[in-house]
Amino acid sequence: MLKLGVPSKGRLQAQTFEWFSAHGITLELSGAGREYAGRVLGLSGVELVLLSAGEIPREMAAGRIHMGVTGQDLVAERLAPGAVSQVAELGFGHADLVVAVPNFWIDVDTMDDLDAAAAAFRARHGHRLRVATKYHALTRAFFRKHGVADYQLVDSQGATEGTVKYETAEAIADITSSGDTLRANHLRILSDGVILRSQATLFAATAAPWSEDEMTVLTTMRQALNLPETAGAPWR
Amino acid sequence: MERAIEAEVARLLDIFREAGAERFDPPVLQPADVLLDLYGEDIRARAFVTHDDTDELMLRPDFTVPLVQAHMARARNPARYAYAGPVWRRQPPGSMRAREYLQAGFEVFDATDPAAADAEVFALIADSVAGARLHPTTGDIGLLIAAIDGIDTTAPRRAALRRHLWRPERFERLLRLYSSGETRKPELVSLNAEQIAGQIVAAGPALGLRTPEDVASRIERLAEDARTPPIARADVDLIEALLAIRAPCEAALRQLRDLACAGTPLADAVDRFAARLDALAARGIDIATLPFQGAFGRTTLEYYDGFVFGFLSEGRDLPMVASGGRYDALTRALGGGAGVPAVGGIIRPEMLVTLRGAAGC
Repeated sequence: MLKLGVPSKGRLQAQTFEWFSAHGITLELSGAGREYAGRVLGLSGVELVLLSAGEIPREMAAGRIHMGVTGQDLVAERLAPGAVSQVAELGFGHADLVVAVPNFWIDVDTMDDLDAAAAAFRARHGHRLRVATKYHALTRAFFRKHGVADYQLVDSQGATEGTVKYETAEAIADITSSGDTLRANHLRILSDGVILRSQATLFAATAAPWSEDEMTVLTTMRQALNLPETAGAPWR
Repeated sequence: MERAIEAEVARLLDIFREAGAERFDPPVLQPADVLLDLYGEDIRARAFVTHDDTDELMLRPDFTVPLVQAHMARARNPARYAYAGPVWRRQPPGSMRAREYLQAGFEVFDATDPAAADAEVFALIADSVAGARLHPTTGDIGLLIAAIDGIDTTAPRRAALRRHLWRPERFERLLRLYSSGETRKPELVSLNAEQIAGQIVAAGPALGLRTPEDVASRIERLAEDARTPPIARADVDLIEALLAIRAPCEAALRQLRDLACAGTPLADAVDRFAARLDALAARGIDIATLPFQGAFGRTTLEYYDGFVFGFLSEGRDLPMVASGGRYDALTRALGGGAGVPAVGGIIRPEMLVTLRGAAGC
């Protein structure tokens, strides 16, 4: 059986189900009420695995599921290159990972400005400029690429936009879809501060045990979804 | 193999002890804040980080930082130290490089004759790795720092260039900017103090520890910078010429003499380079063949600020088998401003044993 991991609840699940349904594949919850169980109609040989959206990248990396729907941001943050391959972008769950600073920093518009501000901040305040994020790997790589020094990441697993106001960070690197929360918290995205543009995506896991049958199911799924024959061929 | 490596570590420690070193043996777990403050966020990507109830800790990524801390705390000079044991480094996904490997090192804290101390460490490491068919390379970060110090421009521009010496792309970008005569943020630098204050208030509430004064003072500095004439082409050419040198040490010295004008910081640094060559020659090192590269040591962790060296194995994409250099600034950073001239080097015993085995000796 090809194991397909999808979000266990919420809007992301509803949109995932809609997307498959629009392509003639019905995903539905079975069992009563809150039981996490589901099935697939219109395509045989697929087992639906309901998972917390944040766990889907890890389950793919471990090869415990063959395919999964999750955000490109989580895959880029947590998985090694080549651990999964992209089968299809689903056109929803759009979110950008961005670097944002307070509006009143009128001297800071670019990453180079942020670097200069960080140097002066460290000299004056005695510690490195703190950037709150939960995307440590992506943010660090981005700051490194831009040659920013004298900063430090501080972990923030939620309400990251509030960290500047509460003085636990001076700037943030966070996910935004509309920018409304940033604006409401008096923060502004740097002009070259987009780290990654992400959307919900169907991935195939390189490490999963792909049998002949499961490869056939993927081929059938590609045809049903009108995808190119080569989309996401993890076994090469 | 295990026994061969143990024997190699014992051999190296014997060599270092005979050279006057006392043994140093720091804990594996090191407080992360010291390393973070020193190296910045990049160290979190290169070291294994862990936590207890209150503190962030790192599996030691090197011996140098704990050694300098211990030495600065006891403040007895001169001193020579030896150490051997595992270090841990995170590697990029898919990398074949070791996450845990042994380092055996020798470090000298001695202010009396820096050139002699440089030569002592280099010669000792070179002797210790003899027979493994390694290729030495040398460099001198002190020359680059001196060249920057000699640029005819403002102190903040020189400080910014020094700060980014270890990030080549950013450094080139700054050098291009400073030599272009381009004005950054023309819409802000033309304002007076009152207008600037007004714009800051109008832009939004003052949140966080970076204050409106911090913003205004950076705009002031940008305005000063806008009034600064561009860095002369000759200064840029000098830095590029330094970075481009690839020659044996003796020939490199002649090129450096041609580049450095008398009375400049660079001329002093070239004198130090010449004194080091004399000290190396006195130790029996052939400076007519020992390779020198102007840019060598520029992309490692930013603590070397003088002589740097590395020993590479032939024709393979392997990490350096041995490396080291001078790190006076690190002792100042960890000694609360008071520093001790310090130089040292490490050897990777596991690589050495493997290469010697392959070389059939």
